[in-house]
Amino acid sequence: MASLNHPANLKYSKTDEWVRVEGDQAVIGITDYAQDQLGDIVYVELPWEGGQSVSRDAKFGDIESVKATSELVSPVSGEVVKVNEKLKDQPELINDDPYGEGWMLVIKMSNPAELDSLMSADEYEAYLQGR
Amino acid sequence: MTAHETAAISLKRTPLYEQHRALGARLVEFGGWEMPVQYSGILEEHQAVRTRAGLFDVSHMGEFKVEGQGALPFLQYLVPNDVSRLSAGQALYTQLLLPDGNTIDDLLVYRLADMHYMLVVNAANIDKDFAWVEEQAKNFKDVQVANQSDATALLALQGPAAQAILQTLTDVDLASIRYYHSVPGVVDGVNCIISRTGYTGEDGFELYCAPVDVVALWTDLLAAGKPQGLLPAGLGARDTLRLEAGYCLYDHELNEQSNPLEAGLGWTVKFDKGNFIGRDALLKIKEQGLERKLIGVELLDRGVCRVGHVIYANEHAIGSITSGGPSPTLHKNIGMGYVVIAHANVGEIVDIDIRGKHVAAQIVALPFYKRKK
Repeated sequence: MASLNHPANLKYSKTDEWVRVEGDQAVIGITDYAQDQLGDIVYVELPWEGGQSVSRDAKFGDIESVKATSELVSPVSGEVVKVNEKLKDQPELINDDPYGEGWMLVIKMSNPAELDSLMSADEYEAYLQGR
Repeated sequence: MTAHETAAISLKRTPLYEQHRALGARLVEFGGWEMPVQYSGILEEHQAVRTRAGLFDVSHMGEFKVEGQGALPFLQYLVPNDVSRLSAGQALYTQLLLPDGNTIDDLLVYRLADMHYMLVVNAANIDKDFAWVEEQAKNFKDVQVANQSDATALLALQGPAAQAILQTLTDVDLASIRYYHSVPGVVDGVNCIISRTGYTGEDGFELYCAPVDVVALWTDLLAAGKPQGLLPAGLGARDTLRLEAGYCLYDHELNEQSNPLEAGLGWTVKFDKGNFIGRDALLKIKEQGLERKLIGVELLDRGVCRVGHVIYANEHAIGSITSGGPSPTLHKNIGMGYVVIAHANVGEIVDIDIRGKHVAAQIVALPFYKRKK
């Protein structure tokens, strides 16, 4: 686990998504730990059209590794304003660069107070130790 | 992603457990065993086996010895394939069947010597199978059966470079061992049964040896194959490789609710050889015609099909997927599944219900992948 990277400027959910806050918007993806656990990612299903609303702790998509399917769970509520179209053809970007080119959604937050219940990087790493 | 916490204390480990850990393997529960699912990554390991070579620890598999004057008549009754055809060292693929023709397990039978056979069964079924074999043997004279699973380790060296790599560690002329044949021989100073078999769709060898010897054999094979790009490979790649090769996996394509005829294994059922368990039932099924058949599908749209997904034709459910996932070699998403016989036609377009979304797929011939000879 030592080689995994969980940047200090992000917030983390218990279901292994990260959030980067940019004004009233949240950029969302899955953590380095999550992509490492999943292994080779071959497909991701996201709300491609945008404009949908998502709720905190609700499923917003599915991610397929070679072995299995996992659900993606939204760490915040709001409206999807942007989706990473590149992931349609290059889902491996999630493995290669989970916090950069592997981002998934931009959400216009409807309740920014939800951010307070997410974990810091230190808290997330402590949480992973206990798993 | 919290499902991995269940590393129960009771899981069995192969003698190579520490080697797997040292290689950074991700270990998972499989059939009661704690086994490596991947080392460097499933895709990379898959690719290594298709283009160079991969080394698998499959010591969890079960081995039974069947010996004695009555061994051949017993085995002829026990399995549907024709064991009498085997020459010394030769192996065949077959099943253990229930009287209703459904499948207790699939296995290899080796004729190691006159009146001396070895059955190789799936790890998760060892206890069930051995109880069945012992019970059936009671009706035969001069047959001794023994479960030697704990006394037998097994490595699979698979891929186009397998022979060249293995040849550096043995004086046995590997080129002279034909497919589905084996010889006893010394590899790296270790007494083995060297068998030209595998579960990947590539050329390769399986090496049966004593557990005490397998750590050295594993370590030295990895070192010997390094210049050729040999990688340790886990159960994840083993599954994607066997799926491409169209091989059945027990509990998926075969189980106690499916028979070898519908699984496309009619070539392993020899009705002419005399009576065997399940013969009457299978003969009846054959005469009446199959109700369903195992088929291959290639998805035509985005999505990955998995076990349990329902297959539709014109909005009617016609079957379900038994194994599915990405094909790293073909760069397509593929699956196997059973559909009613009326729709089991290569070329037919069907829909697969993937989490409520119908994704178009085409029925294709099995196997998906066949190596060039």
